Amino acid sequence: MTRRVLTHTLFYIILIILAVFYLLPIYLMLLTSFKSFDQVDLKTMWSLPTNGLHIANFIAGYKQLAPNINNSLMMVIPEAILSSLLGSLNGYLLAKWKFRGSNLVFTLILFGMFIPYQSILIPLVKFMQAIKLYGDIPGLVLVHIIYGIPITTLIFRNYYAGIETEILDAGKIDGAGLMGLYRYIMFPLSAPSFAVVIIWQFTQAWNEFLFAVVLTNQSHWPVTVALNNLAGSQLVQWNVLMAATLLAALPTLLLYLFLGRYFLRGLMAGALKG
Amino acid sequence: MFRKFTLRVPRLILALALILLGAVCIFTLGKIHLIIAEKNLTSLGLLAGGLIFYIGIVLVISMFESETVLSIALLLPSMVAVAIFVYSFIGWSIRVSLSKWKGLNPDFTWVGLKQYYILFHNNPRFVIDVRNTAVFTVGFILGCLILGLGLAILLDQKLKGEALFRGIFLFPMSISFIASGVVWGWLMNPATGNRITGINLIFQTLGLKSFISLWHSTPQPWGMAFTVIPAVWQLSGFTMALYMGGMRSISDDLREAARVDGASEFQIYRYIIFPLLQPVTLSAVIILAHMSLKIFDLIVALGNKDIRLDVPGIYMWTTTFDGTNYAQGAAIGVLMLVSVAILVVPYLVHNMRTETQL
Repeated sequence: MTRRVLTHTLFYIILIILAVFYLLPIYLMLLTSFKSFDQVDLKTMWSLPTNGLHIANFIAGYKQLAPNINNSLMMVIPEAILSSLLGSLNGYLLAKWKFRGSNLVFTLILFGMFIPYQSILIPLVKFMQAIKLYGDIPGLVLVHIIYGIPITTLIFRNYYAGIETEILDAGKIDGAGLMGLYRYIMFPLSAPSFAVVIIWQFTQAWNEFLFAVVLTNQSHWPVTVALNNLAGSQLVQWNVLMAATLLAALPTLLLYLFLGRYFLRGLMAGALKG
Repeated sequence: MFRKFTLRVPRLILALALILLGAVCIFTLGKIHLIIAEKNLTSLGLLAGGLIFYIGIVLVISMFESETVLSIALLLPSMVAVAIFVYSFIGWSIRVSLSKWKGLNPDFTWVGLKQYYILFHNNPRFVIDVRNTAVFTVGFILGCLILGLGLAILLDQKLKGEALFRGIFLFPMSISFIASGVVWGWLMNPATGNRITGINLIFQTLGLKSFISLWHSTPQPWGMAFTVIPAVWQLSGFTMALYMGGMRSISDDLREAARVDGASEFQIYRYIIFPLLQPVTLSAVIILAHMSLKIFDLIVALGNKDIRLDVPGIYMWTTTFDGTNYAQGAAIGVLMLVSVAILVVPYLVHNMRTETQL
């Protein structure tokens, strides 16, 4: 019994050391973002703020990032909703209405999830310029929806594959067709999967950088591009930058804190097995 | 295929109305631009018109009561989108990589594999990129697997506070690579002497002088190895979650049986759990490796385009959009795709085959 206590204590020590490592960046962000500028010194980086909490940093950070946070929201909300609807339809068809070659179609769609976007970037930019959706948010929404098709389809397909086909058979006897079964049986059962996909797509699009930096012009930069630009500028006010970083990360952090359960399921679905 | 046709008059009227509306939309927008709030949204309008038209067609198809045809018809928009945005764009990129397009005007003059030849011969930057990617990939995968498996085993011990620890290890996944790069760039500040700061300052205060490091400013190739730290910070929790999922699916009866047979806890992991976790490891390696082969934003935020920390993703970006060497950029993009495809395609094909058998 004592041996058990000993090993458990050891486990806790290891876990706590690791937890400190994982929390260190967040701790530093919080610490710095509440300091006044004269306190942000290399030497006192880890000391607590001494002359009160400076909320002003967040206001300054927000002022710098507000247009970009707005851009990100304008992009992410329609993107998450539309791509989850599309993914749900695709997932339903590929899970429950298999035709000859439907597995091949699924695999071909899935491949799109893995490609490095650098390999399609030049045609994408030229195409978006040609259809006059370059530089602005609507174009970015379209791009995120289309490149989101693989993952959203995958998550929904795995979810629907787990629903008994007997339920559908019952509906068929009542005379419902393919769309009727979706509308009255599958769709109402899909709430958990919608939560997973909406959260996943929201997080992905919010955090995405490459498409954002290549496809938008400065006035339409989403928050990641603006943040990177802020951090790269010559004179960095670390306290404001940390407050800004925290603000930029806040929406996805909050999603994670309150809906972490679904967040985790999205991650697992990314591992292909449902 | 069309065994039956049931005429449903209301549906037909709706279908024809949609087809007509869609056609009018497309026809009008072909002539007049759609400007909303000073934005030219003609192509989105065309897309919407096309979708309305298409829904009308689908409604007509639905009256034929052939589920297969309807199913394919409903999948068609996604299939077309992926065909254009993934496959035709890849083909287009390959074509650009075989040209000598440099400058803003497209130039598709065929030069064969010259762009690839340039990359592999006498191009020190690409050599750095390949080496950096190799260092990063190995470090990143090993770091995530070891830490992820270790954490999963620790949390498998049914300790109190498991949920809290799990949350702490997983939350970095929700933060963008850019934000993480910004913070870690400050934590891993390489300054020494009286400008010492960041983690080095902690080491100095704790008297762990030998731990003080130049971090990612260490001479290459080892500097690159330090960029793995933020990446592992973000994704080891994910790897842990994968392993925890795998461990959950191993039934407790199996462990209990081994215990009855006199196996120690260590032996249970060694001979029962680890072998059963192999498919999880495979999935994890595929996912982590494809992420590291296309690593981009983390290094952008961390390295600020420092050439010593260059990776193909950044090289492609700067060459194409700053240097306007489109052909060269396309070649780098295609090589990145090939590296990922070698890894992922066998896995996808294998998954497809096993699915078909079921």
